[in-house]
Amino acid sequence: MWNFETAQEHIAAIDDSGATLTYGQLAAEGRTLAGHTDGRCLVFCLCRNDLGSLLGYTAFLNHGIVPALLSAELDRGLLRSLLDSYHPRYVWAPEGTVVAGGACHTAYGYTLTKTPYADAPALYQELALLLTTSGSTGSPKFVRQSYRNIRANTDSIVKYLRLTADERPITTLPMNYTYGLSILNTHLDVGATLLLTRYGIAQKGFWSFFKEYRATSFGGVPYTYEMLDRMRFTRMDLPSLRTLTQAGGKLLPSLHEKFAWWCRDTGRQFIVMYGQCEATARMAYLPWERGIEKIGAMGIAIPGGRFELIDTDGSVITSAYVTGELRYRGENVTLGYAAGAEDLALGDERGGVLDTGDMAKRDDDGYYTVVGRKKRFVKLFGNRVNLDEAERLLKAQYPDADIACGGRDDRLVIYGADSAPMDEMIAYLAAKTGLHPSGFAAKIVAAIPKNDAGKTLYRELETPDD
Amino acid sequence: MTNQEKYIAAFTDALNVAAEETAAMQYGQSVAWDSVGHMRLIANLEDAFDIMMDMDDIIDFSSFGKGKEILRKYDVEL
Repeated sequence: MWNFETAQEHIAAIDDSGATLTYGQLAAEGRTLAGHTDGRCLVFCLCRNDLGSLLGYTAFLNHGIVPALLSAELDRGLLRSLLDSYHPRYVWAPEGTVVAGGACHTAYGYTLTKTPYADAPALYQELALLLTTSGSTGSPKFVRQSYRNIRANTDSIVKYLRLTADERPITTLPMNYTYGLSILNTHLDVGATLLLTRYGIAQKGFWSFFKEYRATSFGGVPYTYEMLDRMRFTRMDLPSLRTLTQAGGKLLPSLHEKFAWWCRDTGRQFIVMYGQCEATARMAYLPWERGIEKIGAMGIAIPGGRFELIDTDGSVITSAYVTGELRYRGENVTLGYAAGAEDLALGDERGGVLDTGDMAKRDDDGYYTVVGRKKRFVKLFGNRVNLDEAERLLKAQYPDADIACGGRDDRLVIYGADSAPMDEMIAYLAAKTGLHPSGFAAKIVAAIPKNDAGKTLYRELETPDD
Repeated sequence: MTNQEKYIAAFTDALNVAAEETAAMQYGQSVAWDSVGHMRLIANLEDAFDIMMDMDDIIDFSSFGKGKEILRKYDVEL
């Protein structure tokens, strides 16, 4: 996947204790690690943003071994059931992680353990990597990515972000999450230096690491930007910071505007992007030069990709400003899903075409805006109400409330912590949509369930009695 | 409510813990005190004491004890 031999002396990664790995070391340590395996097979990688995790991932990918990336914090019961479903030959995990089998190699705080499973699943020859779509929920469903998928997406991203070896991105997202991983993939490709930290953005350790090693960029999901906003981030003095990217869901237009202006005023780039794990990572980006002009839009297809909007009758929409389901075509469209070990032998099921499940529209300039998920709708008194839109309305009006909108059929449910003014919110939504308040309900929950990347897990929110 | 009670209430509400557990709490040591819980906690404290904390203080707020020191800077007597 990568040629680490061209910039041997250059530092590939620095962790938050100051330890480093050069590209030469990454290549040599990777060869050693791969040499302790029996060749091409499935390995579970329990990931953290540290050197050992990076070493394992790059070694496996570079030597034809297929890693399945999982969070090192994954619940042990869920991990056991994944092990039982997939029978990986090895597990690469932080030292001290209890894994059945025999340890065969240890490096950078990680241990390679050979599992007791005798039967190894057959692997399709192009299969490179397995990623989950849900982060920490331990769903047995993986997205199957090929070498060509990763190469194509990496090339596109490097091109449109104009990445160079001078970049020093700091981690804000888990590497087992598609967006976090794409930042690693692309920066390794150009010989840049990754700043790996296990601290989160609400912790002092993150910002001292940021300043000490002069981070030039970071990526964030909408929740990251909501937090940065509440933390009065724009008052911070961060001279090394050049680029902020955003993906993983639609940012509130008010925050899009705020960060786009701040970046323009301070000579930085704010780049909104769009993607899914099913498309390796990225499908679209909003060129920073047009960030302010196109508030709320997610942009244009990445180099090598193409969008279409599909009407309810299956025809392609040709006019601007008409909402349809977004379809993407490109070499980064992944092979398909795996629901169990036998699916790892499957070939390409998508043929480069992905129906995203997102509803979008295009403007006169060809820029796309996502308006919601295809299935996230309820019908109140015969009126289609988009749950994502309803949620955005509430969040814009009540920026401090941690809420989510769900519901089924003819009822919209606002979920919120008990500090949220629920009755007021119902009245507000009813007024905004012009629909009777009896179509709305409120439900108090301890917390809105979110995955590692801060995305709301709607399925966990909606219990059957709703 | 005394300031001490308000301070504890900010924790119990944001992090879903019992009042007697709050004194030993540290960021990252419990599942509830993650980044989401942290921002809820800061919002609660700012509301309860009618203050606006600086970013440096928000990220330095790493434990129940450390938080008391920080709030002193905002003239909150605890």
